[in-house]
Amino acid sequence: MTERNNSHSGPVIELRNLRKRFGDHEVLLDINLSVNRGEVVTIIGSSGSGKSTMLRCINLLETPTSGEILYNGKNIQTEIDSLYRYRARVGMVFQQFNLFNNMTALENCVIGQVKVLKRSRDEARAIAMEYLDKVGMKQFINAKPAQLSGGQKQRVAIARSLSMSPEVMLFDEPTSALDPEMVGEVLSVMKSLAQSGLTMLVVTHEMSFARDVSDRVVFMDKGVIEEDNTPEVIFNHPEKERTREFLARVLGK
Amino acid sequence: MQFFRDVANIAIKYYPDLLRGVGFTLLISLISTVIGLIIGLLAGIIRTAPESKNRFIKTLQRIINIIIAAYVEIFRGTPMMVQAMVIYWGYAFATDGVTLPLVPAGIFIVSINTGAYMAEIVRGGIISIDKGQFEGAAAIGMTHWQTMFHVVIPQVLRNILPSVSNEFVINIKDTSVLNVIGVTELYYFAGIIKRQNFQTFQTYFVVCILYFIMTYTITRLLRLFEKKLAGKDTYVIFGSQTAPEAEIHIDKGGAVPND
Repeated sequence: MTERNNSHSGPVIELRNLRKRFGDHEVLLDINLSVNRGEVVTIIGSSGSGKSTMLRCINLLETPTSGEILYNGKNIQTEIDSLYRYRARVGMVFQQFNLFNNMTALENCVIGQVKVLKRSRDEARAIAMEYLDKVGMKQFINAKPAQLSGGQKQRVAIARSLSMSPEVMLFDEPTSALDPEMVGEVLSVMKSLAQSGLTMLVVTHEMSFARDVSDRVVFMDKGVIEEDNTPEVIFNHPEKERTREFLARVLGK
Repeated sequence: MQFFRDVANIAIKYYPDLLRGVGFTLLISLISTVIGLIIGLLAGIIRTAPESKNRFIKTLQRIINIIIAAYVEIFRGTPMMVQAMVIYWGYAFATDGVTLPLVPAGIFIVSINTGAYMAEIVRGGIISIDKGQFEGAAAIGMTHWQTMFHVVIPQVLRNILPSVSNEFVINIKDTSVLNVIGVTELYYFAGIIKRQNFQTFQTYFVVCILYFIMTYTITRLLRLFEKKLAGKDTYVIFGSQTAPEAEIHIDKGGAVPND
């Protein structure tokens, strides 16, 4: 977070009329969303509502069918110099961790810094160590992913993203593939990141995280944003019937 | 036991020739397997590259892919013995009688033949790598080439090592067909020895044993190498109570650029 671009005062990420179609299947229908610097936005909704696809469009792992994605006011498909540089500024944490299996935890956090950001190996190592320590994985720097538990892998994956000094972090169901007893360790890391002022977009089924940690909660259903409000409003007196139904189902009320 | 005496005599009398043959066989098959693997890796990387948005590069990519596909089909679909004759005499025909030097010609023929098989092995290896590895790399801004070179290919090499070993063993045996153009590998020397002593069975029996020793040794060595690459399943925590002194190791690992 050292190279932050402060020249732009508007939203960091803005989605305008975003649509995504897979063949005949409309996954996203006209999404409009803006995320301000330092905001923690949680995206909730049932499976197939388009949450993950929306997140994956933001760093162009999926190419939008139409619409615009703005990063600091610039269209990421037409107005930025390098897609690779942009992706380095927008970190992503995946449900399945996606750590590089041929590398140790430390190497996982170093490779991108050296190859993409062109940092020196020493500097990259120092930064990687700092974040691995921050996520409580300092003791495992020389472990290969196959030797780690799910929760440990996810913490390394978070450290890998942080090592790139991102301006925004995208979390795509980061705890959904974890055993229940490991969810807590990952959530507490995310919580401390949220408190540090990092801009975060989090797709999750962890309602407690949405309610307690985020500044805003976005409820998606069938490819549209049904409701976008503070956690207070969403969880206590949602405006839409669909939101109420969804929350009743997941919270078992 | 006249037979064993004959075999022993052949081994004693012709061992310089036999060893030269073994040497050339190993040399040609080793170099060809390595070159074939490099061809296969390049072909595999090119064929799995995402299509460019630039129309010119996209067309170029398609043409190259068609050429690679044709190469693979042709060299897998014809016998290597025939390929050897066509390439060797084709070159002589095209240059009005200039012939290629034999050992390089042999290496060339076995390499491109191996390359055709390796291209398929590597493609299979790349396809079998979890999509998440590519996405993880893309998400931190790595290019296709960086992803391939640092993340995918190291994993592919480890996964395809058994198939590569297999190709090496096949090459040791298949270099024997190069005798049709006169390359001085083991089988070629067998022919020379047989024409001197008229003991066809005994001579080829010796050669048979030599081929088996080569393939068996190579197979064992590569199996050991595979095991070493597989590594350990568990990880000993640094600074744990069972290994308290290891805490020092962390600081070293963190601060010293050891590559």
